[in-house]
This record gives sequence, structure tokens and C-alpha cells, in this order.
Amino acid sequence: MTATELNKKKGASVSYRIISWLRSAGPILFLIFWSIIALFPIYIILVNAFKNRNAIFKYPFNIPNAETFSLIGFETVNKRANFARYFTNSIVVTVVSLAITLLIATMASFALSRYKFKGATLLSLIFSIGIMIPIRLATVGILRLMVNWSLTNTLLSLIIVYIAQSLPMAIFILSSFMKQIPQELIDAARVDGASEYRIYWMILPLIRPALGAIGIFSMIPIWNDLWWPLILAPSAETATVTLGAQQFLGQYMTDWNAVLASLTMSIIPILIFYLIFSKQMIKSITSGAIKS
Amino acid sequence: MNATRKVRKPFPWHLVVFIAPALIIYVIVMVIPLLDSLTLSFFTEDPNNARNTIFVGIQNYKYLFTDKYYAPIFWGAFKNNIVFFLIHMLVQNPIGLLLASVLCKGGKIRNFFRTVLFIPTILSFVLVGFVWKLILSPVWGVSKTILNIFGLGGLFRPWLGLEETALITCSLISVWQYIGTPMILFYTALIAIPDELTEAAYVDGANAWQIFWRVKFPLILPTVGLVAMMTFVGNFNAFDLIYTMQGALAGPNLSTDIMGTLFYRTFFGQQQQMPNQTLGATIAAMQFIIILIGVVIYMIWQKRTTTYEY
Repeated sequence: MTATELNKKKGASVSYRIISWLRSAGPILFLIFWSIIALFPIYIILVNAFKNRNAIFKYPFNIPNAETFSLIGFETVNKRANFARYFTNSIVVTVVSLAITLLIATMASFALSRYKFKGATLLSLIFSIGIMIPIRLATVGILRLMVNWSLTNTLLSLIIVYIAQSLPMAIFILSSFMKQIPQELIDAARVDGASEYRIYWMILPLIRPALGAIGIFSMIPIWNDLWWPLILAPSAETATVTLGAQQFLGQYMTDWNAVLASLTMSIIPILIFYLIFSKQMIKSITSGAIKS
Repeated sequence: MNATRKVRKPFPWHLVVFIAPALIIYVIVMVIPLLDSLTLSFFTEDPNNARNTIFVGIQNYKYLFTDKYYAPIFWGAFKNNIVFFLIHMLVQNPIGLLLASVLCKGGKIRNFFRTVLFIPTILSFVLVGFVWKLILSPVWGVSKTILNIFGLGGLFRPWLGLEETALITCSLISVWQYIGTPMILFYTALIAIPDELTEAAYVDGANAWQIFWRVKFPLILPTVGLVAMMTFVGNFNAFDLIYTMQGALAGPNLSTDIMGTLFYRTFFGQQQQMPNQTLGATIAAMQFIIILIGVVIYMIWQKRTTTYEY
């Protein structure tokens, strides 16, 4: 016990009790306070999406009951917008670009971290610039490139850009994991006559946790991105969920039921995904950062 | 780690196979377009042939900085972007640090909070923008009702529609969303500090406040720098939230205009404004220069700062 605390104890006044109570309960109260701030906006959207128009304005804070329950918003969304299409586009773009990113990033980081050769440091440096300089700054050039390749308004253009966007960070993190693999393992495989490609393939399962973490972390910015769909593939056929929702919301701003329903439809999938993987996600940041 | 080959092989083809795919995509889709875009800022469109460009030196930059009509817009966006960044630095990062320091005290219940507090960060700007637009809407009146609970209903204004408050409101919404990132990064840094260090300070008679500022804070300084750099880069590259909430015109009266929205408007054109690719490239080049300055300052600072290994 410190001297100041002892002095305070002597006083043992009411104010001391309040202070000591605040000291123990304060942190929790602060966490509760901020959790309310974090969750309230999401709560109010989700509950109102399932109400009729009257109830949205009259009782915005209540959860829907038998009387106020309505799915009219979702019906409008289904009629007016092709959310199934948007979801398919988003899933295709996200899954394909992540799969390719993981494949080529593991290959590159394997070579960069497990072999010594001229230029390895330079190559690592070139890739790491991409972590700090956002790819958006190259928008003018990328758009010109996609126009030249006649790839505007295709999902392929998005996939290509998202691979380039996710690569630098993926290579950076994977390299630190690759470095931890014991050299004896690789030497043993080499003695057994395994080719370099085989050794790479053998190592992949060992870095599976890192693959999961990078997958999740590269996925969120791709799924949520508005910029590239807006610039490279704004057509109705290639719109992703984020762009589709943005266009729908802008158009139907006055139809409250539809707006709330479309917001709910866009929030729910990512929320479920997060709740399933949150433990793994946060664990991977905390453990990954300690290692590197 | 050490994989030097004793026997020299003719040519390490496997290295090419491993590195080429990543390097080719990265160079073709990121490096070359970035250089292309920087180069384009020194050209202007040929008025006789839209497909041609003419070299004009630093004419575009001169125009951006000094044109009677355009310069105020550019400097306005630049100034707004600085305000946008400062609000993040002064609100988002300190609260993120506070949340992290409360969270790292351990316990099951705090894991629950950690999951909850990160939720806004996983949502897209588009959703967040519309959600807050609805909540702040005077038509719905939700925020007025909440202020009324505290007897503050008289303070309600259509914050997004007023020139004086729109930028601050947008910045605070961005803070609301992004706070999870500094929180998690600070949290990671704080839990890595060995207990012995704080216990030793405690035995020496330091109180919690002193322990935080004299022991913990110097130890997490590298993370503080990293968060500041990430905030800087993210803010000078921001676009989605303003575009979603205030449109490409970044209203009211350009009061929420930042570099990203200015670039978009200039490059693609908006209402009466004709699209101007080369001037757009010039604005992107300015964003690049600003961000590069930030990154370089960070890297110099990082070299001089001691990183502690536990």
C-alpha cells in the first residue's frame, strides 16, 4: 500500500469511499458506456428494419412486437434491387482474390525469407512500400490500365486490384511466420531428396494459423470497399454489396422501410462472420504482433 | 534462416517461380500505375485530340496552387483534411488508448467487451455513413429524443447540414467507426509489457497514474507512432464516408471536402464541372506527396526511437 493511500484511509471519509468505488467500478462503467455508443446505432437499425413505417417514427427504440412487426422493407428491397446478385459478386471477388493472394504471397514470402540471394532485401523493401502507400493513389493509372485491357465493368478488374492491394501486407506477415520454421525440418526434407517446390508445399500446413488471420484481415477491406467497384465496375451486373447498397440507399433515401431493410441485409452477414471468427481474429493480431 | 547453398547451382529457377507471380502483379497493378499517374500530372489533355496529352511541366501544380477559382477549393480541401486528421488524433487515439488500458486488466468479461467494441470497425463506411445519417436526421428525430432524456433537446441541430458542424460531425463518425484499430493495437502493446516491470514500479511507490505515464507509455511509444502514422495515411486517403454522407460535392458548400472527394470530383467531373484526368492526377500526386512525407517522418522517428524487447 502506498503512502498516499494510507493517508486517504486515515480520512476514511465518504468521499474516499466514492473514489475507491469509482476506482474499481470506473473501468467497467467506461467499457459499458462505450459499448452502448458502439452498439446503439447498429441496434436501432436492426430493430427498426422489422417494423412498419408508423412504428419506426413513433417507437424507434422499441423492439418490434406483433402489432408493429412488418417485412415491407425487405419486400421492397427484393423487388427493386438485386441483392442476391450483389452478394454473389462480393463473394466471388472476395474468395477468388483472397485465394490467389494467399497462394502467391506464400510463395513469395517463402522465397524471400528462406533463401539468401542478391536482391532479397531490395525486393522485401519494394513490397513493404505497398503496406504504407495506399493503392488508391494509383487510381488514375489503374483505370487507364483497365481501360486498355478492356476490363472495366468486370469482376476480374476488381480481383486483380484486390490481389495487388492485399499482397504487401500478406507477404510481410507471412515472412515473419516463415522465418520461425526450424531449418532442420527443411534440411531433412532436402536430404530426403525433396525438390524446393515440394518443401514449399510441405511448409504450408505449418503456417495455417497465419493464413487464416491474413485471410480474415484482407477480407474485411475487400468486402467493405466502395472505391474500386465505384471506379472500375459500377454497372448493375458487377456491383458488389457495398456499392449496390450505396446506390440503392441513395435512390430510396425517403423509403425508410427499404433503407433500414437494405442496411440490415448488408450488416448481418459481416456481423455473423465477425462473431464466428472474432476470437481467432483478435488472438491472431495480439499473438502475431508479439512475434514480429 | 540460413539457407546459403554450399554447392552453386546453375540458376535458382525456383526463386523466379516463387517470386515472379507476386512481383509481376504488384509491379503492373500498383507500381507502374502509380508512376503513370504521377507522370500524368505533368501533362494536359490535347484540346484537338482527347486521346493525346501534351507535356506542360509544373503547369497543373501552378494551377492547383494559384488559380483564382481552383486554388481556394484545393487549399480548402487540404485544410479540411488536416482538421479531419487532428480530430482523429485528439479524439480517436486517446480514447482508443484509454479503452485499451482498461481492457488489458484481463478477465473474461473484458474479452466480451473487446469483441463488442471492435464491431463498428468491421462495418463498411457506406453502412456507417447511412446509419448515422438516419440517426442524425431531424425527420426521424432519434438523436433529439436521446438528448431530451438528458434535458439537452434544445442543443439539437441538423449537424450534417450546417457548414460549421458538418466536418466535425463526419470526423467524429469516422472516429466512432475506426476506434477499434488503435484500441486493439494499444491493447496488444500493453499486454506484452511484463508484469515484473509494473510490479517493480508499484513496489517503489508509484501510483497507477505514474506507472502508466512513466513505465507503460514509454514502452508502447513505438505503437503510438505506428497508430499516428496509420491515422495520417488513412485520413489523407479517406473518401468513402464523406462521399456516402455528403455526396461527391462534399456539402454543405464544400465544408466537408477532403483530398479524396476533391480528387474524385476533379477526375470524374460532377454536375457543371468537366472531368479533368490530368488535374485529377495532380491532386492524387499531392496526396501521394503528403502521405510520403508522413511515412518518411515516421520512419526517421522510428529509427531514433528505442524499441524494447522483453
